[in-house]
Amino acid sequence: MSADPFLILSAILFTIGCVGVLTRRNAIVVFMCVELMLNASNLALVTFARVHGNLDGQVAAFFVMVVAAAEVVVGLAIIITIFRTRRSASVDDASLLKY
Amino acid sequence: MIAFWLLAPLMVLAALGILFVRKAVHAALLLAFVMIGLAILYLVQDAPFLFSVQIIVYTGAILMLFLFVVMLVGVDASDSLVETIRGQRVLALILGVLFGATVVIALSQVTIGTVTGLDAANKNGNVEGVAQLLFTKYVFAFEVTSALLITAAVGAMVLAHRERLIPKPSQTDLARRRMADYAAYGKHPGNLPGPGTYARHNAVDTPALLPDGSASDASVSRVLAARGNVRQAPELATDVEALLHDEEVTADER
Repeated sequence: MSADPFLILSAILFTIGCVGVLTRRNAIVVFMCVELMLNASNLALVTFARVHGNLDGQVAAFFVMVVAAAEVVVGLAIIITIFRTRRSASVDDASLLKY
Repeated sequence: MIAFWLLAPLMVLAALGILFVRKAVHAALLLAFVMIGLAILYLVQDAPFLFSVQIIVYTGAILMLFLFVVMLVGVDASDSLVETIRGQRVLALILGVLFGATVVIALSQVTIGTVTGLDAANKNGNVEGVAQLLFTKYVFAFEVTSALLITAAVGAMVLAHRERLIPKPSQTDLARRRMADYAAYGKHPGNLPGPGTYARHNAVDTPALLPDGSASDASVSRVLAARGNVRQAPELATDVEALLHDEEVTADER
């Protein structure tokens, strides 16, 4: 079972996540795309763990999951706070610092 | 490897779907599919611990959190199609395709070497192996993680908490405000009208009719109207003729 297909799938998912962050305007969907990128990198970590024959990659993927959980909690709380004050979840509407 | 070739195209399709669906809920469901697919790929790659963590933490906790926020933020959170920066979408797409092509070409040009496999590392079980690393080599990072989690929990609490700056309006205040609204711009001080009650329809999505036969906007929930789920009054009568006809037929048969 070669490692290349897994890595290429990981690269494709990461790219889709990137494009999603750049194109979508809804803050929640942008956040989901960030999660997609994190997951794609996790797949690469797990694959490399198998290539190298040790579990360090899996431990790294585990830490990524922990950090992602913390990030989602704070990020979604920020989105809710912005929605409460500005009545919008669009990333374009939170442009107060621009002026 | 069969699992990979079955799952990978579906996962890529689902991920592409996230880019194109209009509603955040659909994006969340597609993301759930991608995450479960990834969990199965972890299982294929001898990582049963990460398989269960992926299911529990990602599809169980994080996606439920996403769905909660979609529910709180509500129906009017759909994507706006206005481009703030002109040509941003096209540029982002070109950049993304270029980036993806670069990474895939780079990956196909490097030799990763022979796959060692995890049989030796998983000799005492995968969970035991991960635990051994986690509590020896990475024990400091593991401890720091707890500080991160506590900070995140407190941060979320602080962000979601709302301090009441003004006292809660009492019933007297509400009544006074209602009458003030009535005096200022003629807003009806009483209850909103209920939904329409007809012979065969009395659900909350059927608007009540005003004396002139038009539907009353105030009689259906604002949320239903925003979702476009309100039944139009004329539609309620479209099947009446067919029904009458049916009754005539049965009467004739009798």
